Amino acid sequence: MDLNYSPSYEQFRQEVSSFLKASADKQPKGAGLKSQALKNWQKTLIEHGYAARTIPKKYGGFGAEPDILKSRIIAEEFAKAQANPGMGGQGISMLVPTLLEVGTEEQKQQFIAPTLHGEMLWCQGYSEPGAGSDLASLRTSAVLDGDEWVVNGQKIWTSTAQIADWIFCLVRTDPKAPKHQGISFLLFDMKSPGIEIRPLVDMTGDANFNEVFFTDVRVPKGQIVGAPGEGWRVANSILKFERGSLGDPNATLHRLAALFDIMKHETIGGERLMDKAAFRDRAMRIQGRVMALQHNELRLLSAKINGDDDVRLAAMLAKLQGTELRHDLEGLAIDVLGELGLAYGDNPYLNGTWQYYYMYFLGLIIGGGTSQIQKNIISERALGMPKEPKFAEGAAT
Amino acid sequence: MKFGLSEEQRMLVDSVNGYLQGAVDIDRLRAASTNRDESSDDVRRALAELGVFALLVPEAHGGVGLGSLDAALIAEQLGGVCAPVPFIGSAVATRVLASSDPELAGDVLAGIADGSRTVGLAIDSYIGGRRDAGIIAAGEVLSGKSLFVFDFDADSYLVATADGATYLLSADAPGVTREPLTTIDGTRRFGELRLENAEATLITSDEAALDAGVRLGRVLLAADALGAAQHMLNEAVAYAKERKQFNRVIGSFQAVKHMCAEMAAELEPCRSMLWYAGHALDALPQEAPVLACQSKSHITEVASFVAKTATEVHGGMGFTDLLGLHYWFKRIGSARQMLGSPEQLRDEAASVQGLI
Ligand SMILES: Cc1cc2nc3c(=O)[nH]c(=O)nc-3n(C[C@H](O)[C@H](O)[C@H](O)COP(=O)(O)OP(=O)(O)OC[C@H]3O[C@@H](n4cnc5c(N)ncnc54)[C@H](O)[C@@H]3O)c2cc1C
Repeated sequence: MDLNYSPSYEQFRQEVSSFLKASADKQPKGAGLKSQALKNWQKTLIEHGYAARTIPKKYGGFGAEPDILKSRIIAEEFAKAQANPGMGGQGISMLVPTLLEVGTEEQKQQFIAPTLHGEMLWCQGYSEPGAGSDLASLRTSAVLDGDEWVVNGQKIWTSTAQIADWIFCLVRTDPKAPKHQGISFLLFDMKSPGIEIRPLVDMTGDANFNEVFFTDVRVPKGQIVGAPGEGWRVANSILKFERGSLGDPNATLHRLAALFDIMKHETIGGERLMDKAAFRDRAMRIQGRVMALQHNELRLLSAKINGDDDVRLAAMLAKLQGTELRHDLEGLAIDVLGELGLAYGDNPYLNGTWQYYYMYFLGLIIGGGTSQIQKNIISERALGMPKEPKFAEGAAT
Repeated sequence: MKFGLSEEQRMLVDSVNGYLQGAVDIDRLRAASTNRDESSDDVRRALAELGVFALLVPEAHGGVGLGSLDAALIAEQLGGVCAPVPFIGSAVATRVLASSDPELAGDVLAGIADGSRTVGLAIDSYIGGRRDAGIIAAGEVLSGKSLFVFDFDADSYLVATADGATYLLSADAPGVTREPLTTIDGTRRFGELRLENAEATLITSDEAALDAGVRLGRVLLAADALGAAQHMLNEAVAYAKERKQFNRVIGSFQAVKHMCAEMAAELEPCRSMLWYAGHALDALPQEAPVLACQSKSHITEVASFVAKTATEVHGGMGFTDLLGLHYWFKRIGSARQMLGSPEQLRDEAASVQGLI
């Protein structure tokens, strides 16, 4: 164990923290993904190497050598200062790393820079009404016609489709191949003729995800990542990135601090919430879970740097544990607030976004592979237990 | 010995449930939740005709004079459909008023019984005031603030002070300012009352009378949550038998079976607990205080577990407004926080048993 950052890292930490202090009033607060303010902020972050840090300059990134400790310091300082971390979204967190890994040079040139700078917003078209946990059974088809793919079918639960410029989409290009082998990964413009988007309201009251219908949508032949039939492999390299980003311990730490704040200041019947033994114990228990996951993350980080630790299990549990923990943490804040915890929307007694995130994280427990599917993965791939028997189409109940 | 419902109670449940299933659909819940002014007065009137509001009112005041268990069975049906109609506030008021001077209470009780009046609950000062909430009484003149007043769209309010004196306040009395408050649960109405020298009628300064009302309120909230949770479990089981993934119904996966079985195994004893608690309120005065606390804390916690798990069984569909499962999820959430959260109630349960 050596938990000291060398002096050069401490100096780097200083730099980040002074940058954040100096730019505190330039940061957009709660700005939409399409706002110019957010785009400007993102540009500043990339210029300083606080976003798109290790992405090569020629693709619009900052071009630094990978240094996991520095990335971690940036994340920690941004969390501490409650600073806006810049653009997120499925394009930046999922598509860009995938293109870097398996895209053609031309695709990297065309897509990465505008995505990083918020000029090109993406949505992820995977799930279909009949293909959720069983994603590989998807039916949306793409048939080659001359130099174009012709896409027909329907996606569902497509987050941000209503504002996205482009979609990365799984389609079936070979209906005769075994189901995992007939899938391809296409990129196309959401303004293409033949796309219809119907927003779906979710339990938070937002309409952030959508049904998306494709009728003879024509996509240039070259807008495919990997070869035809390799879509499943490409998609799995993406899911790896998605699962890593759900339930981030830095964000959880942030929420824990806000919870403690409330418990130190809010009262019931004149007594501080933190002085109530039962509430305090629940808060301390949550803190213990946060610490365990935070240190699990530190171990993953160290394994990446040193390559000397088998962290398969430690990595596989992150999405399952991280999303459940966040849901529980938000729920505790609601409980300690009592009736006040019911406040929502325009309620003047609203004391934080607890109800919103209590629901949002239930959404993330389901989205990106449900908790049950995560447990299947952990038991089969990390613990080596036998797989579920496969049923042929039409075989079962 | 018989532990269970009587023939009359089953008939009562069937008649109310039969009506509610047809009358309260998802469109109504959507409308009530998105528009505060959307009224479900038709449902309220129909329920009045079925005798729902007269149930607890003594016969002498035009009621039916049934007991707490009967009221709990009604609350369970209302929770089962998330009925956007006030019931619990008036029931608590009925209990407190019935123990007071008939001269004072007669009119109000008759109005509750025939469905022409509803009473909201502004008793947070007594349960445990938040922020700067608190009601001060000078004689029969009230000042102060009550937050998250429950069944807010009412024509009068049962208002309590911290020391347990109870008043009846007319909603349009001079000095009363009413501010609706938005919460996650759009099927119930909440709001803030600000009182500035508002004249009210002292119902009783006997804390025991208010306690009896609070106990009833807690058991009715537990019943409401039980009904809502049972609905979510039923939906999850039905969905698990229909929805196919990997060429099989998801209910054939042991993971999904166990989620459903665990919900059922947790929830079913809650039904017995509720029956006993309802019975205890009227027949077992020694046990009533602890059962009111424990039934509400335990049943709403089980209901929260069911709310989350049943949503998960539905996958992405559970998270949407398409199926609208979230109305029940939120209804359970609000039952859990009102009239004392689980920790608060367990603390009180220990205290009323003399354990601390
Ligand atoms: C907030 C949110 C955002 C989303 N965003 C996107 C997006 O941008 N793009 C996109 O493509 N998709 C998105 N999704 C879809 C998400 O990936 C799916 O909802 C998820 O994979 C589950 O699929 P399903 O909804 O069809 O549920 P189902 O697969 O029908 O699952 C229903 C239930 O069955 C269980 N189950 C299924 N199979 C098994 C099994 N083998 N073993 C044990 N249990 C099983 C599940 O765990 C679940 O409890 C989003 C979902 C949510 C909730």
